[in-house]
Parts: sequence; structure tokens; C-alpha cells
Amino acid sequence: MSTATTARVSDGTAVRSWKNPIILSVVALLALLVFALGAPGNDVTFRLSEEGDPVVLPSIVVSAPVIGWIAALAMLALAVLAILRTRSGQKVPTWVPAVFAVLFLIAFLTWVVGSARTPNVALYGLLAGSVTLAVPLIFGSLSGVLCERSGVVNIAIEGQLLFGAFAAAVAASLSGSALVGLVAAAVAGVLVSLVLAVFSIRYVVNQVIVGVVLNVLVSGLTGFLFSAVLSEDAERWNSPPRLPVIEIPLLADIPVIGPILFQQTIVGYLMYVAVAVVYVALYHSRWGLRTRAVGEHPKAADTLGVNVNRMRFLNVLLAGVVAGIGGSFFTLVAVSGFGRDMTAGQGYIALAALIFGRWNPIGAFFAALLFGFATNLSNVLSLLGTPVPDQFLRMLPYVVTVFAVAGLVGRSRAPGASGIPYIKG
Amino acid sequence: MKLELIGITKRFGSLVANDSIDLVVEPGQVHSLLGENGAGKSTLMNVLYGLYDPTEGEIRVDDEPVTFKGPGDAMAAGIGMVHQHFMLVPVFTVAENVALGNETTKAGGMLNLQETRARIRQISDQYGFDVDPDAVVEDLPVGVQQRVEIIKALVRDAEVLILDEPTAVLTPKETDELLGIMAQLKADGKSIVFISHKLREVKAVSDVITVIRRGKVVGTADPGAPTTELASLMVGRSVSLTLDKQPATPGDVTFRVRDLTVQAANGQRVVDGLSFDVAQGEILAIAGVQGNGQTELTEAIMGLQDHVSGSITLGGEELVGRSVKDIIRAGVGFVPEDRSVEGLVGTFSVAENLILNRYDDAPFARGLSMSPSAIEKNADEKIAEYDVRTQSASAAAGTLSGGNQQKVVMAREFSRPLKLFIASQPTRGVDVGSIEFLHRRIVAERDGGTPVIIVSTELDEVLELADRIAVLYRGRLMGIVPGAVSRDVLGLMMAGMPADEALAQAHDVQGGNL
Amino acid sequence: MTPQDDRPVSPATGDGAPHTRRQAKDAARQDEVRLENAVETADGELPPPAVPATAAGLGAGPAPDAPLLHRIMTGNALVAFLSVVLSLILGGLLIAVTDQNVARASSYFFSRPQDTLGAAWTAASGAYLALFQGSVINFEGDSFTRIIYPLTQTLTVATPLICAGLGVALAFRAGLFNIGAQGQILIGATFAGWIGFTLHLPAGIHLLLVILAGMVGGAVWAGLVGLLKARTGAHEVILTIMFNYIATNLVLYFLSTPAFQRPGSTNPISPQLDATALYPPLLGPAFRLHWGFVVAVLATVFVWWLLNRSTVGFELRAVGANASAARTAGVNVSKGYILAMAIAGALAGLAGVAQVSGTEKVLTSGVAASFGFDAITVALLGRSSPWGTFAAGILFGAFRAGGVAMQASTGTSIDIVLVVQSLIVLFIAAPPLVRALFRLPSPGAPRAGKGGSTTRTPASTGAAA
Repeated sequence: MSTATTARVSDGTAVRSWKNPIILSVVALLALLVFALGAPGNDVTFRLSEEGDPVVLPSIVVSAPVIGWIAALAMLALAVLAILRTRSGQKVPTWVPAVFAVLFLIAFLTWVVGSARTPNVALYGLLAGSVTLAVPLIFGSLSGVLCERSGVVNIAIEGQLLFGAFAAAVAASLSGSALVGLVAAAVAGVLVSLVLAVFSIRYVVNQVIVGVVLNVLVSGLTGFLFSAVLSEDAERWNSPPRLPVIEIPLLADIPVIGPILFQQTIVGYLMYVAVAVVYVALYHSRWGLRTRAVGEHPKAADTLGVNVNRMRFLNVLLAGVVAGIGGSFFTLVAVSGFGRDMTAGQGYIALAALIFGRWNPIGAFFAALLFGFATNLSNVLSLLGTPVPDQFLRMLPYVVTVFAVAGLVGRSRAPGASGIPYIKG
Repeated sequence: MKLELIGITKRFGSLVANDSIDLVVEPGQVHSLLGENGAGKSTLMNVLYGLYDPTEGEIRVDDEPVTFKGPGDAMAAGIGMVHQHFMLVPVFTVAENVALGNETTKAGGMLNLQETRARIRQISDQYGFDVDPDAVVEDLPVGVQQRVEIIKALVRDAEVLILDEPTAVLTPKETDELLGIMAQLKADGKSIVFISHKLREVKAVSDVITVIRRGKVVGTADPGAPTTELASLMVGRSVSLTLDKQPATPGDVTFRVRDLTVQAANGQRVVDGLSFDVAQGEILAIAGVQGNGQTELTEAIMGLQDHVSGSITLGGEELVGRSVKDIIRAGVGFVPEDRSVEGLVGTFSVAENLILNRYDDAPFARGLSMSPSAIEKNADEKIAEYDVRTQSASAAAGTLSGGNQQKVVMAREFSRPLKLFIASQPTRGVDVGSIEFLHRRIVAERDGGTPVIIVSTELDEVLELADRIAVLYRGRLMGIVPGAVSRDVLGLMMAGMPADEALAQAHDVQGGNL
Repeated sequence: MTPQDDRPVSPATGDGAPHTRRQAKDAARQDEVRLENAVETADGELPPPAVPATAAGLGAGPAPDAPLLHRIMTGNALVAFLSVVLSLILGGLLIAVTDQNVARASSYFFSRPQDTLGAAWTAASGAYLALFQGSVINFEGDSFTRIIYPLTQTLTVATPLICAGLGVALAFRAGLFNIGAQGQILIGATFAGWIGFTLHLPAGIHLLLVILAGMVGGAVWAGLVGLLKARTGAHEVILTIMFNYIATNLVLYFLSTPAFQRPGSTNPISPQLDATALYPPLLGPAFRLHWGFVVAVLATVFVWWLLNRSTVGFELRAVGANASAARTAGVNVSKGYILAMAIAGALAGLAGVAQVSGTEKVLTSGVAASFGFDAITVALLGRSSPWGTFAAGILFGAFRAGGVAMQASTGTSIDIVLVVQSLIVLFIAAPPLVRALFRLPSPGAPRAGKGGSTTRTPASTGAAA
């Protein structure tokens, strides 16, 4: 992915940007204040496996002040490095903010768990739970990748997820088969996509407006059907069977990563497949080349005989399949049954993950994981009893996204023609 | 391959862009389409390339009628096009750009770029292009990007190559190289349709010249025809190449630029250490190939650039670091190079556009409250004075023709007392009638004692207006020469030769010829 | 930048269709340019939204000399009307197909189809009648008060919709997609509420201070978005969405602190506001309609003046229509973004005040209901003009007020209102679709083949960060 900050220096030095060093310094000082000086005196335990697991790993026990001080000082060092590099007119290497972020995460985790009433957390559960929570986010942001890479802004991810969840619940309940529900979810996602595509491509209605309105439409439609139909006879309409968890023998027993990678429902496995397929296809297939061209410079693609709007149409529909399947997670995996507005804004977080992940499937995957982690952490911590108010933890993904789009973690560049309808002539 | 256009007409609503145009391109021929900006050349080529449907008429390839539903069909028929604005995806590599739409794939639709790379190397070697298939296009110089465009056509086995204003973005040296490439292609049996409004180039390479004016073919000419004849065919009346203007009577120097440097966001010095003066009552023209820092220079003066160092003073007052509004209030009038993007708000009315940078001054506003009657009165006056052809003062400015839009911009800038007037490409895309009017207004402003800076990539315009000419090359000043200098000297300077050397060399050449 | 060689000059090319301007000078400016006509929801066959408002101010008459009937047939008003009708029909169908009686009757559809159709008609018309009676006039009312009560309910609900809708519309006109009215209402309500239940001041001053605080709260919250956009180029769509969630959590947090939480309660709810901090009832205690509605009317007048008669509005509109040209003309675009968002936020804050000191009288995290999101559809339906937004606010207020009554009397879920509302906006945004459905003539000359250059490029917001 290209970043706008990587300056091409041809005749002179890059224009100095003090944004990065300033942010790093401020955060490092905060870390010193909170994670080091304000560290709880006790040890922190991170459990890596449960007793009774096939492979039992010893827990990691660390001293909160030690970790706090080490991390804070290292962050300060990185901030100083960034200042020095900027002052001498050099670029701050990209690994600096990356390492900084990892240090921050470790220090924060140690501090926040250490300050809890029970400074003992199951790291494996925390991680596995994060992945689970991230599943719909990942599907949603892949849907966004497919749309935006071809030049259509997809605000309707929320609607796609919600309609997918609804259709999965109804179809699975009626048929008694979760797999039928899965297929229905994909179809429902495509239906939402179809409206998005027809209005934004055929009728050139502003894409953001269509997206926002579609979310309202789906919310209203599912809400209405929920009360008019589903609640009237929940037994018949809204009691879908759940997708079974498929354990892959032996591999599922690997500590920490076993449950994450090899102990998933079919939706979970599909998620990994989807990320890989979209990534490879986007960068190495004919379809991907054309998709990216249509999203970056549609006219160039058009002059080479690529049908821009057909390409966009197809991508938007494909995005519906992906997001629809993601929606089925809510009713076939998470809970058994549809609830009003049950996606609760996850589609918007998926949108954020897409941007945070810089329009790259792999980037979006990790961004979604981070958001899943934040959500799961707040769930876990509220059980442990933590000094940080629950609401602030819940805010975290959104705050991180604000920082991300504000370019404080490196500026990302959207596909050149994203959001711009293509009109010939 | 023989290509024929028969009775091609293309209408956009009520506007007739092409009016029953006939054209025959014989195999192995360079056929030039000569015409002014806006004459309908590009529209015609877009019809030929399948981007527009012709309203009427027929295209024949080797005497067989064909219809192109899109560029794909045109390419399949052996027609390739190098667009005026390159159709390259900036973030793609050369190979990806060349492969696009014409991909060779492995199993499962996976790209096989290896084959594309080989083809690029082969063509690159054959014509001496020196293009790296793995370079990212946005990092390449314009000249190389143009070669990538040519490769794109050749990879698709184009027999007819359309080059739409290919020299607009090139230095004279690069232009000569391109003309060489065209000769090579012709020798290989390819036909070339060369679209240009530059007489010298057209005369140099053409076998046949077709002249288009206002969407119609007004004649064909032999490349040997005299320049003035071609020019009058193109413009439609006998052209007096010099404007009727008095010699300048420069007064005090009130505008000074010292060591001006402008950095782009990526750190590149797009304007590099410029120093020059402009006196009251003179026109300084800034010449150069497009993209050599002219835009950034004017924007730096207006306070529109971010990373500016050095000094710009007007009447002793420093302008660097001040806001655009302050600079406008200091008496700087500015006609930006792209009026539709920077000069006008297309959806605003003509009346509103006429006060776009004076909306909060009396009599248009008192405090926060605006006065519709004053705005309307001003509009009526200006529309009459500048003969702006518009339905009404409340019509959206975007509905006006290019010339009339430019009149609105000029009328606005000239409607307040100026201490400096800057116009970038003042007559680009403007019809001939308006050009003369606008030029006269600019000269009148000079004669009123205002220092004037004209930025133009058109040598004709530069030579017509300038009292002195400054040439920019890669953001550096190649020197300032008198307005009466020869084209050769300017050409050398535009290619990066300092003024003294250019003057000496041009002198030598002339001496040798004599 | 691009010599518009050989291209007909039209609004589309005049504004420079962004995809032809790849060589934009820098990403930031390209982003600005992309925001041109952000409000433009039409497919290009519509004039810019309410831009003629200024033209009208300049004493311009109707421009085209087309026959009146033709103008009505192709005009926006008809499309708007038909969009509402079409949406109501579709909503009615939805009500009918999900109705129990219809389902029963349809089991013997082929023997007695009229039963099914009759039941469908009964279901849909019953629901809509209830909606009407719940929002306009209650025919069954036994007193004048009862009869007009629904109408006052409509106006009550419309009050926050109008205020927040004006905020969204104003930001639209400045080229900003303000999806964040929800958060702005919440923060506005929080500020207002705190003043209302913490300070104990004399009548008059107290309410005034509450209103002011609400506006400041909304302005700060939205202004922050404007600031971030102006300074970092972050996209406001993403920012405002995120700020909504942050606001919700922030309010929940506040409501868990002693400064906000009702003493003795463990729920996230504030104490009741002082009586001096409440909007007095407008038509006496029999109605819930309060003075907030008058404030909403004043706000509409103010926004109309601001946009069409003030230099600030001129700047904002210029920034919205063509940021590059505005910048070249000396308008500070960054300031424009911040100001537009701040004013938009203040208006949303007024909606928060209407809720917290008008209808709800306490602060909860649900005080904004979904008014912030409805405000977007209100502004879109009102085509971003102040009085259009006002009218759309009343219409959606009626839907909402009537929806509550409908749900109570016929059991039809109020969600149907959301469906109808969003369909209306979708249809209005795509006039060719509506025209095609009703076989209406399209305005202007028939377009020439592929060279549809008369089509205005609507906005885009590419989720650029």
C-alpha cells in the first residue's frame, strides 16, 4: 500500500512533519506517567492455557512496574529518535511507530490487568474471543475493500450485515438447516448490494447517501418484520440451529493459536479463506488488476476496453456475498436468533477497520482484530474489576479510528476514484 | 490499414462538436489534424476510438464499415490512442498498466505479468524507449509516461496510432525525440493520426494535413504550405500575429521576488530560488513547458502554497506568509490557470462569481449582511462592459462557454484597483474572438500602470503580449530576455539552457546560416 | 489545469468531473474538489439544491420558458410528491403481506381472492388511517383539544428533527457530510441538562443558559470534527460516525458519575431538570408542544438568512460548491469547515435542548432517540434548503408521532415509518427512476448517447483519510 508520507525526494529534502514526533512524545510521556509511575505494585499473570488442556503451558507472570518502566522508557527513546530524525530532516522509519504501538499495547495491557481486582487474565481466551468478535468485522471490512477498491464507497456494510443476520435466522429456522441460513445470508447481502449498485452506479446517486439510507431501510425493514412476523411465532421463524464448531484434530490442541485457527465454525474458517482469497485475487489476478484500475483511474480502464460500471457492479454484488455471510455470524454463531438492530453499529466499525487497514485485505484483517481485541478486553476487564471505566474501553475502537483517519498513525491513501461515479464522455 | 471517417457528426445537446467530417488515413501515412483548442479534434478522435457514439456518420476500416461500441472494439480493429491526458493508473507499474485490459493469465485468472514484461522490453528495445516494466508510473517523467502509452498501443498490435496533442507536455528536445519515434513507426508501416495546433510540428512530420475549425473540415493542406496560410485556415481569417500595442513605458519597480523557493508536499523544490522584478506598466511573461513550476510560482504569490521561502514584496510590503485574503486586499488580481476549478464556482450565479473575492467588501456587504441589489447592479454593469454572453445574471456560471467564463473572471479581477495583475493561461480554451478582447484588456491594464505577469505555455501568446520574457525550467529561472527575442532562443531556454548560452547559440546558428 | 479542449462546456465539465483531473495538484485539494456539490443527490438532471435561493434573492424569475404543464411534469415537486406516494404504497404492501388476517385470507386466495385483497386493504388503510389520526387530526376526538392534539404531537416531535436537520443541511451546503448529528444532540443535551439540574437559577435566565449550553456543547463536539478535518484532512463521514459512538459512551460514563447520576439511582439517569430550565408549554398544559418549536422556527429563519443573505453563508456555500475556487478567492477553507461544523453542531445542540428541556425533562443516554440519524434523511428530503428541511422535519415528525399512535391502535410496528422514510429519500434521490416508473417525460432535451456530459458529477466522499 502506498502511503502519502513516504516522500520521494528528488531535488530537496522532504518537508518536515513534526506531527509524528509530537504525538509519540506526548503518548510516551503519558505512558511514563500512567504505566510506569502509576503502575500497580503487584505481579500480573497471563494464563496461556487452561488446566486440563491437552498441552498445558506455564502462565506468564510479570511485575507490573518493571514492564511499565521498561516499556515507557523504550517509548521515550523511540520518541527521542523520531525527534532527532525529524530535526535532521530525515524520515522517521516506519518501524518506529509500529514498535511504539506494540510497546504501548503491552504496557497498557499489563497496567490495566495489573490494576484490576484480580490481576490474572486468560490470554488465550482474550485472544480467541477477540478473533470471534472480529469475524463479522472482518467480513464487513472485506466487503468494503471489494467496493472501495472498485471505486464505490460502501457505507451500507451495516445494512448488509444486519440483513444477512436476519435472512440467516429466518432461512435457518424455516429449513432447520444452518447451512441454508448461510446461503440465505449471502443472498440477503447481495440484495442490499443490488440496491446500492443500482442507485449509486445506474442512477448516480451519491454513494454515501445511498449507504446511509440503506442502513436505515434495512434497520426499519428487519425491525418491522421482526415485530410483525418473527415475534408472532418465534418457534417457526426465529429459532435457527447454530453452526457447529468444527475442531481440527491435533491442531486444535495447540495452545493459544489452536482455538484461534482450528476451532471455528464454518463461518470462522470462511473468514480466513476470504481474507486470503481477496488478497491474492486483488493483487495477482486479472479481476484484481481490473478492479484496482477501475477504482484508481476508471477512464484509463475504460480506454482499454474494461467496462467500468459492470466491473463496479460485480464487485458491489460480490461485496454483498461477503458481508452477508459475515451477518450470519450474529444469528448462527453468536446467538441463536435474530434481535432488533442486533449488529449494533458493527458495520461502521468494519468501515473504520477498512480505513485503518488502508484498503488492504490483510490490513483490514488486523485492524478488525485490534477492534475485536478492544471490545473483548472491555468485556473481560469488566469481569475482573478494573479502574478504567467500562465506557472508555468501549470507546477505544472509535478513538483509535479517529486517530487513524486523522493520519496520526501514518497517512493512508484511498483508491483514487473511490466515491466518484464514472460517467462516460 | 486504411481508415476512413465518412460524414461524422457528433452533437452534445444543442452543441455540434463535429459537423459531417470526412477523413481518410492511408496506410503508412502521418495524417495531421490541425485545429485550434476547441475546434473538435479530440471529440472526433474519441468517436473514432469508440469513447463516443457518433450522432451520424460511418467509420470504415479497409473499406469495411465498422461500429465501435467501446474502445475495446476500436483496439481490436487495430486503432490505438495516446490521449492528451495520459490514461495511466498512477499507482500501477508500467507492466500492470500495459497488461490492463489485455492481460495474459495463468490458470484461475491469475496474472502472468512475465509475458507482458517481455513484450515491453522487446518494444522498448526496438524503438529505443528505455522503459523499465517494473517502474511505478507516477514516479516516471512525463516523456517516459508517454512512451508507456505508445507501448500500450503497440502491444495491442495497433496499425493506426492516434496521438492527441502529444507535445503539449514535452520540452522541445522531447518533442524532437517524439517526432523521431513517429518517423520510425511510419517506417514500420503504421499510420499515425497526429492532432496538434502547433504549426511547426505539423509541418515537420505530416504527409497530409486536414484543418478543422468549429467542428468542420475547412480544408486540406500540403505540409509544404506556408505557415501563414495554415494559420489563417486554422483560425478562419487572416491572422495578424502581433497585437496592436504600444511599446511599454515601464515605471518604478514595485513588485520584487527574491530567492523564492516552493516545496511540494514530497519535498521536491518545484520553484527553486527565483528572483525577478516587475515594473509598473510592463508585462513580464513567464514561459516554459507545462509543469515546470509556473503554477506553483503564481500560487506562491497568491499565498496558495504552503511551503514557501524567500521574499515577495509588493510596493515594499512582504507578501510571503500572508493569507490569500490579505494578498487580494493588497491589490493583487489573479486569473488562475484552470478557471473552472479555481476561478469560478460553477453552480454559483454569474452575479455571485463576479463578487467571488469581494463578497464581504462594501457595497456588496455591510457587516455580515449582503446586499442583493448591489450585487445585481454590479453584475449588470460587468456583463454589459465585458459583453458576457449569458442568459441572465442569475444563470449558473458553469453553463457559460469557456470564453465567457474567462470574461467573468477577468471582469471580476479588473473591477477593483490593482497593484499587480497575474494571469495564468489567460486564453486557454477560449475562442479567437474572446482572445483578442482579453489580450486588449490585459494590455490596457499595463498601460494604466499596473505591473502584469502573464504565465503561458503558448509561445505565440507569450511573444504577443510580453515586454520581457522569463523562462522557467524545472522550477529554475533560465533567464529573462526581451520580448522581441526569437523563438529559437526561447525553445533552447525551455529545454533548460541558460539565457546567455541560448542567445549565443541561436546567434551562432543564424550566423552559420547566413 | 486541463485545457477543456473540444469538450462542450457544461456544468459537469465546468466543475471538472473529478475523474478527468487525475493530475490534481495534491491529494488534499483533490479531496476538496471531490466534495464539490456534496449535497447533490440527483443524477444531474436536477438543478443544484436550493442554489437558486440566492438567485431568487437577486430577483431572478424562472428561467426556462417551457410550458407550465411540462414544467410541472418534469419538476422536482412532482417527483418529490410521487416519491412519497410510491413509498407509502410500498410500505402499505409490506403491512398487508405481513398482516395476520391477510395471511389467513390468502390460504383460500384462489376460491375467494377478494377476501385477501380486502384484508390487505383493511390492514394497510387501517394502519395509515391510524397514522394520520395520530399525526394530524383525530376525527374521533370529543373535544377540540383532543382533535388537534395529534397535530401538536407532530410539531413536538418535529422540533428536534428540524433543528438537527438544519445542522445536517447547513453542513451539506458547506460540502460536509455531517453524519454526526446524533452525537452532537447527545453532547448538547448533556451540557444543557447539567446546567438544568445542577444550577438553580431564576426563570428566564436559567432556560437561556440551558439553551446556550446546549448549543455550545453541540458546537464543540462538531467543531472538533471540523478542526480535525481542516487540520489533518480526515474524512468527516468517518469522524462523525466515530464521534457518535464516543458521545454515547461518554454520556453513559457521565451518567455513572455523581455529578450526573440521579441520587439514589443505580441506573444511568440524571435528576429531573429544574422547572425554570424547561421550555414552557406553547399551548397550555393540555399539550406537550413547547416553546422549543418556536426556537426551531427561529432557527430556520436564521439558517435561511445565514446561507442566503450573509457573508458567512456565502463563504460556506463557496467552500461547499468548489473549495479550490473558494480558496483562490481568499476564503479560508479550513475556517469554513470548522465554522460550518460548529454551527451545525450548535443547531443539533438545540435539538438536544428540545429533548432534554422540552419533552424528556431528564438526561439519559437515549435522550437523542434516533433523531440524529433521522435528521440526515430530513435534510436530504429537504434538499438542504432551510425551509425544505423545515417541511421535511414536520413530515417526518408526523410519521413518527403517527407511528406511535399506529402501533398502539393497530399493532403495526413503528419500524414501518423508517422503511417509508428511507424509501422516500432513495426515490427522491433518483428522479429518473421515479419518472420511469410513472412514465413521465424527462426534463430538457434528450441526452445524446454515451456523451452524457450534461450529467453533473455528484459528490463523492471517497472515504479518504
